[in-house]
Amino acid sequence: MQTLDPSDLQAIWLTLKLASVVTLLLLFIATPLAWWLAHSRKWYKGIVSAMVALPLVLPPTVLGFYLLLLMGPQGLVGELTSALHLGRLPFSFAGLVIGSVLFSMPFAVQPIQNAFEAIGKRPLEVAATLRANAWDRFVSVALPLARPGFLTAIILAFAHTVGEFGVVLMLGGNIPGETRVLSVAIYNHVEAMEYAPAHLLAGGMVLFSFIVLLSLYLTGGKVWRVTR
Amino acid sequence: MELRKSHRLVLLGALLFGTMIRSVYAGEVNAAVAANFTAPVQQIVALFEKETGNTVKLSFGSSGKFYSQIKEGAPFDVFLAADEKNPKLLEQESLAVANTRFVYALGKLVLWSAKPGFVDDKGAVLSKGSYNKLSYADPKLAPYGLAAQETLQKLELWDKVQSKLVTGESITQAYQFAATGNAELAFIALSQITKDGKVTEGSWWVVPENLYTPIKQSAVLLSAAKDKIAAQAFLDFLKSKKAAAIIRSFGYELP
Amino acid sequence: MSEGSLGKIQANFTLQLDSFALNAAFSAPAIGVTALFGPSGSGKTTLLRCIAGLERATGTLQVNGETWQDATTIVATHKRPLGYVFQEASLFPHLSVRANLEYGYKRIAATERKVQLEQVVEWLGLSQLIDRCDPALLSGGERQRVAIGRALLTSPRILLMDEPLSALDTNSKQEILPYLERLHRELEIPVFYVSHALDEVARLADHLVLLEHGRVIASGALHETLARLDLPTAHFDDAGAVIEAAVARHDDPYHLTRLDFSGASLWVGKLDQPMGTRVRARVLARDVSIATVMPRDSSITNILDGVINEIRDEGPDKVIVRITIGQSQALLSRITRRSRDQLSLVVGMTVFVQVKSVALMS
Repeated sequence: MQTLDPSDLQAIWLTLKLASVVTLLLLFIATPLAWWLAHSRKWYKGIVSAMVALPLVLPPTVLGFYLLLLMGPQGLVGELTSALHLGRLPFSFAGLVIGSVLFSMPFAVQPIQNAFEAIGKRPLEVAATLRANAWDRFVSVALPLARPGFLTAIILAFAHTVGEFGVVLMLGGNIPGETRVLSVAIYNHVEAMEYAPAHLLAGGMVLFSFIVLLSLYLTGGKVWRVTR
Repeated sequence: MELRKSHRLVLLGALLFGTMIRSVYAGEVNAAVAANFTAPVQQIVALFEKETGNTVKLSFGSSGKFYSQIKEGAPFDVFLAADEKNPKLLEQESLAVANTRFVYALGKLVLWSAKPGFVDDKGAVLSKGSYNKLSYADPKLAPYGLAAQETLQKLELWDKVQSKLVTGESITQAYQFAATGNAELAFIALSQITKDGKVTEGSWWVVPENLYTPIKQSAVLLSAAKDKIAAQAFLDFLKSKKAAAIIRSFGYELP
Repeated sequence: MSEGSLGKIQANFTLQLDSFALNAAFSAPAIGVTALFGPSGSGKTTLLRCIAGLERATGTLQVNGETWQDATTIVATHKRPLGYVFQEASLFPHLSVRANLEYGYKRIAATERKVQLEQVVEWLGLSQLIDRCDPALLSGGERQRVAIGRALLTSPRILLMDEPLSALDTNSKQEILPYLERLHRELEIPVFYVSHALDEVARLADHLVLLEHGRVIASGALHETLARLDLPTAHFDDAGAVIEAAVARHDDPYHLTRLDFSGASLWVGKLDQPMGTRVRARVLARDVSIATVMPRDSSITNILDGVINEIRDEGPDKVIVRITIGQSQALLSRITRRSRDQLSLVVGMTVFVQVKSVALMS
């Protein structure tokens, strides 16, 4: 029986950490963005929508390369982080998080936006006539009613981050424990013709993703149901 | 329906056969070429096509990927690898024609920085300079990466630089990391920064050959093309003086 | 400035939507039920939404001395002490029936809570429903009752109802109407009620605001407005007069009850109500015929005398006649033009009206 070496275990742990952090951050960013997109009638709404959807069509390596330039010492973001004494983002976990958040953005925004749109104006108007202010309406009506959208967003954002490769490869520098995530580890094993650990990791990834998705789908209805 | 199906099959067969005949007699060569050799091979092919009337179709990629693809029956006639290992393996597995393998170029390793004046001509910057990141290609995947590792080990700097190493999956990526300034230093191929025999960008140190195992970029005739005259002709042309001049102008050595 | 509106609801709205313009001004008493009545597309729902602040119109709105909207301020919907019942019940699907009822109740200050859950449960007959978890499992009528209860539990100072019965089938309507009537009797808050059904309006409203093409064409007390021949309501098939009467006498052997109004009286089928009970009756124009001499030997029980007040042509063959009965009650009668000419009916003539049928509204 083939066993995984410590660096592979580290890659697994790192991947889970990355996907969790990215999913959590995306919820905080995507929710207001999706709300705005679902309700705004501004002329530039189309532009914002297109920008959010861009990672869907952009090859990940292209996005990764642009981020590498942006976050580099001559890049806008790089200059900013240097000025703020935050150090550089490429080859760091924080850099991967930012890249992954951007890359998985449409997968989080679109389901939530669809859910908000599906709710329509009526339940919010009802809540307004029942003395709920805007924030209250959002928390007590919009969020619980958009639950299926949030569930989908969480599943997609998490799964997409776990499976992400191109951006991480371009931005990460393959540093064990910092940026060497599972997909990169598998790629390296395959490239180095170390098929046994590659199979093990890839198979494990498939199994793990399947179990996570399945359990979310199965328990989703209950876990996310608000208390009655 | 049945008739139509068979009809189509015949047509398809005829087409395929036609293509095969053309590629044998009209002298078409399918070449798999290591990515680092892209620019020189294009010049060599242009010259070859002009002199012989044959055509060469070029595919670029990593040597490891080509090895796997050829094993799975990819329709290549010749293979210009970035190393010696992959062509050797194909030879052992009878996927390449025996005794056709030769070293067409010796890769030269350089330590490079996008910043002019950052790298001195002795490479002392490695031990004395202040830098955050040193990029190189994955030694398991790329011969230049292995050469970089050997160099660092010979210089007894391997352990010291561990925290500064960032790994690209290829020397192309190692170069990108340095070209974008995200890594101050990179071990890459001299050919990557050489144009018309000159290096114009940044600062560099050509690593002495005694510090790493020579990078023998080897070519081989693949078994599928053992009777293909044009393919053999192309490999012969690669050994010619005209080709050698082009290869040298891109920063490679010859054996 | 707003003192002038004490006891009144005064509105003046202008709103331009994509395909529709609202330009509505009216004043209605801040007591009883005001019906916003008109054909579909006349702007009654939009007007109600403007009152609630759900639609941002320009204009002014004063409710019983409070300014909800003027040139400089628009009070947000959630800050207006109103209850709103939508056409569809719109219960929150993620909340239980009880949580739906308590949604607004929890959001007002304890000192403001004048209506209690138990009261609402009793008024609207919700005791069987309150512990149901999923509002989707309620019938249409039950859902609408919960929605009304939910609105009442915010102790509103005005209740806005947007065709609360229109999405219901006839049975559910019959089930819910008694509750509405009871509410209107027992609650001391003004109600604005949007409807396009004249019988509903005749049954529930005290005041009528008539809309057409986004404009208010009439606003006044229900029985006066319905008796006006210059308004489209007089030309409905079920046009008729509304009578507010009191139970005056029971004739037990014949199983009849006499209702008195305006110095006149009508006999109707026996009502199990004590003497003096106020009842509302409706007499349709098509059920009233006119005679110039007192008909004798007629099977019709209710024959009243009155004075013709107005006559108006209605199409090529019909005319509609308004007759004043007693001091002030008007009745409408729809007759043929030929009858008018044969009887030589003119304004000011004293006539006898035969009432074939009286519909009791409560």
